[in-house]
Amino acid sequence: MEKTVAIELRGITKTFGDVVANKNVDLDVYRGEILSILGENGSGKTTLMNMIAGIYFPDEGHIFINGEEVVIKSPKDAFAHKIGMIHQHFKLVDTFSAADNIILGEKCPKFDLKEEKAKLIEAHRAENEAYENYDEAEHPGPLAYMTKPKFHPEKETKRRLALMPLVGIGRRIKFNWLAKKRADVVQDIANRFGFKIDLKKKIYDMSVSEKQTVEIIKVLYRGADILILDEPTAVLTPQEIEKLFDVLRNMKAAGKSIIIITHKLNEVMAISDRVAVLRKGEHIATVNTSETNEQQLTEMMVGKKVSLNIDRAEPHDVKNRLVVSGLTAVDVDGVKVLDNISFEARSGEILGIAGIAGSGQRQLLEAIAGLYKVKDGTITYFDPNKDDAPVDLRSKTPVQIRDLGVRLSFVPEDRLGMGLVGNMDLIDNMMLRSYRKGFMFLDRKSPKKLAETIVEELEVVTPSTHTAVRKLSGGNVQKVLVGREIAASPSVLMAAYPVRGLDINSSYTIYNLLNEQKEKGVAVIFVGEDLDVLIELCDRILVICAGKVTGVVDGRRAIKEQIGLLMTKTSGDVDENQMSIDELHDEQNIDNDEGGEAL
Amino acid sequence: MRSVTGKESKFDAFVDKLKKESPIHIAKRMDAPKWLPIVIRIAAVVAAFLVCAIVTAFFEPSAFGTFFVEMFRGTFGTPRRVINLFWEAAILLLIALAVTPAFKMKFWNIGAEGQVLMGALMSATCIWYLGGKVSEGGLIVLCLIAAMAGGAIWTLIPALFKAKWNTNETLFTLMLNYIATAIISSAIALWVKTGSHVVGIMPNGHLPTINGQDYVLNIIIVALITVLVWVYLRFSKHGYELSVVGESINTAKYIGISVPKVIIRTMLLSGVLCGVAGWLLVNGASYTISTTLAGGRGFTAILISWLAHFNPLTMAITSFLVAFMSRGAAQVSTIANIGGSFADIVTSIFFFIVIASEFFVNYKVKFNFAHHKKNDKKGDSKDESTLSDTSSEEQTTEETTGVAVNEAQEETMSEFNHPIQHAEQTSDERSDNDETQNKEVTE
Repeated sequence: MEKTVAIELRGITKTFGDVVANKNVDLDVYRGEILSILGENGSGKTTLMNMIAGIYFPDEGHIFINGEEVVIKSPKDAFAHKIGMIHQHFKLVDTFSAADNIILGEKCPKFDLKEEKAKLIEAHRAENEAYENYDEAEHPGPLAYMTKPKFHPEKETKRRLALMPLVGIGRRIKFNWLAKKRADVVQDIANRFGFKIDLKKKIYDMSVSEKQTVEIIKVLYRGADILILDEPTAVLTPQEIEKLFDVLRNMKAAGKSIIIITHKLNEVMAISDRVAVLRKGEHIATVNTSETNEQQLTEMMVGKKVSLNIDRAEPHDVKNRLVVSGLTAVDVDGVKVLDNISFEARSGEILGIAGIAGSGQRQLLEAIAGLYKVKDGTITYFDPNKDDAPVDLRSKTPVQIRDLGVRLSFVPEDRLGMGLVGNMDLIDNMMLRSYRKGFMFLDRKSPKKLAETIVEELEVVTPSTHTAVRKLSGGNVQKVLVGREIAASPSVLMAAYPVRGLDINSSYTIYNLLNEQKEKGVAVIFVGEDLDVLIELCDRILVICAGKVTGVVDGRRAIKEQIGLLMTKTSGDVDENQMSIDELHDEQNIDNDEGGEAL
Repeated sequence: MRSVTGKESKFDAFVDKLKKESPIHIAKRMDAPKWLPIVIRIAAVVAAFLVCAIVTAFFEPSAFGTFFVEMFRGTFGTPRRVINLFWEAAILLLIALAVTPAFKMKFWNIGAEGQVLMGALMSATCIWYLGGKVSEGGLIVLCLIAAMAGGAIWTLIPALFKAKWNTNETLFTLMLNYIATAIISSAIALWVKTGSHVVGIMPNGHLPTINGQDYVLNIIIVALITVLVWVYLRFSKHGYELSVVGESINTAKYIGISVPKVIIRTMLLSGVLCGVAGWLLVNGASYTISTTLAGGRGFTAILISWLAHFNPLTMAITSFLVAFMSRGAAQVSTIANIGGSFADIVTSIFFFIVIASEFFVNYKVKFNFAHHKKNDKKGDSKDESTLSDTSSEEQTTEETTGVAVNEAQEETMSEFNHPIQHAEQTSDERSDNDETQNKEVTE
């Protein structure tokens, strides 16, 4: 099969401040193929695609489309080059119908008054000429009058010229308000590629998958030949994914180039012709899907192990502190976000939770903290102050949990939106945990002391304790939050992505803090994204994928590929995963008694 | 969108150019000195006075000078006027205090007018049916309780709906205003059988006078409430909880605040205070009830609360200024024979200018005329002007969003080679310039 290159990237580099999002990326996309872009979180997949779609502008490098170098500065430019991107967050007008959303924003063809006038004069002149040269003898028959040219007196021409602006307005009205013709075009496109959708339906009545369909049709309607889909399957059910893939195959057959960003390996294998793997902003390789397997892709995706030299003490005095079993929860749409999750967090241990972003980590921690509604399962806490008496935490509010004497601290992912109040100063933020003490009135003295202690001990850079936390840098905000949570002397400490966005030094401060807590006998739960960190910091690592536990591995013996593979295993049951872990362990000559914990 | 015509890209280029070469740059003020907002606001008040005087002179040329004199004569001319002024300020302040907890919680209650009216109606109802039958003191207390209940019910309804079904409180409270007015009309129609539909001065339930002056007790009550509300917002747990809810509902949930409970509790407080305002209006000032009793104060109070940034003590100053403007302007309009609406015009001008000044509190505006000089005399641009060019460009670059940054930098490099070259020639000046730029950025 002969391939023509649709889009070529050469040496694309993009940096945000000090962070290199993409480094010297070369990539080819052919006509009529589906290319998967595979990579971990933060590997620069979306950034790269945004540069093609005109949302970012590359710092260095060249983009060629159909062999010609182009400059894409805005989404408009991208459209001019027939590139369309379907983002993760849809941009649709809720109260409009699907068809209206699709044709929205299309410009009415320009009505050039001068040109139109000239055209009219010319048409009249031509017809008048024909009238004069018309010979009735040449056109015999009773119906000849129908084809006989008409004579346009000068008066008529002038009148019509004068009315010409109204014609322009009329066309505009027809274009904007009587858009049936355009809606028909949209329907044609939908039929051609096999979209099953009612275009008259309003967006607010639509499911996520229908909205996505509207976005795709919109891009096609605008004439895109190169379609970029940013994690299109993240929001879909398996059936919907199958439907989407059928449509994508139809589009491929029609000669469109499709780029799909994903980190689900099974989907990569199912849909794509080729896979481009990115890691830490660099293009590792592009391989034909038929010539590779999941194992190889995972290896390319996670890369070689990097040593970080995080101190890790041997856990001592290990006891079950928090036991979760069969935890199931659903989101507003009724989709299972947590599916039969079971694990135990032990005192004096750091339990890592690994998984692709959005696999249910947030919901899991929030469910434990009493912030997310649980549908099924149990959460049991063993109170160290009461001889490890079990306490049921399921479906309790945060206040009830605290009233039970459970010392549970939680460093949420969204620091300023959940853990802290951005507009309040350090003292008032310290008070979030302690303000309930006392009667009626607030005690600002002890929070002030606490704030001062944290500023001093964790070296928080702040003008004063009266500064609004939103004015602090990311690392300092995190130190304030972690400091406050640790100050509550917890027996369980949960931290979600505590080093996200932090520089190296701040990250190590946080690692040390977590390690200190571990040595104090706290059960630490650490949700992380960097596998190197998880492997070096955690004693055990729980891997979840799409709300399911896919394995528990020993941090000291874990290997990156193994975790990477578990992270991307969406289909298949636990037994299968178990086998793969065993295989990996065998390969590495590691005994696999750890495997029992996966179940 | 299918094709980018030449015209469109030209237009884009024009917009880009406009962005870069605009003579005015607006940037957010970061960490401005503490005195600056105060100075700006005082300047705005002074400017408002001047503009009002000029507007007055439009209507009545002789009035320019007399404007200031009559403003003060109308407000401080006699002891009675001083009390009137303070009473007007007090009632505005009380309603502003009532709406403040809700606003701090980001509950957009614009139904204070109706809540005050309901309080007033409940109080008037007590007087109407119980007047003369119970002792005066007992009646006043009964009126107060009834008024508080009236106001509270009128806030409780939207609060419950908000807490339970997350309805839009703005529309809800606004509509309740009209219902309150209609209920009062019905009540008056029920009580007054003559055609006038006016409830005259009711003989019972008057608040006691102090030193022979009415209103004084009202003012004292409001002063007390001001301090209480300030303490409540600043030092109580409830006040803390409602500001956390206002700042971030997620944080509130995270630390275990029950958001519906806080909404309902705060709105009850808001309604009770509105009820007290209605009670003061009926029992302490007008001794009657009508649909116009609140007189738009429910809306003016919202402005006062916002202008004071929800600080009760600042609110006292703002409401005093507003009362001063409207009372004084009423006097000016009488003396200068301008007409009754004049007071409204003056108050609006005052609000307009003072609210506009908030823009200058939050943003700094830089004028950059050097550009135009350069554009006028192409070719012989001086180093000085080109330097300021680069600085302004880079500054705008910093201010634009991340997406635009790189584009802008790219263009700065290509299009504005020439000023940069100039800048490099005078390297000393340039380094100075860099320093100032850095400062601006860090600011």
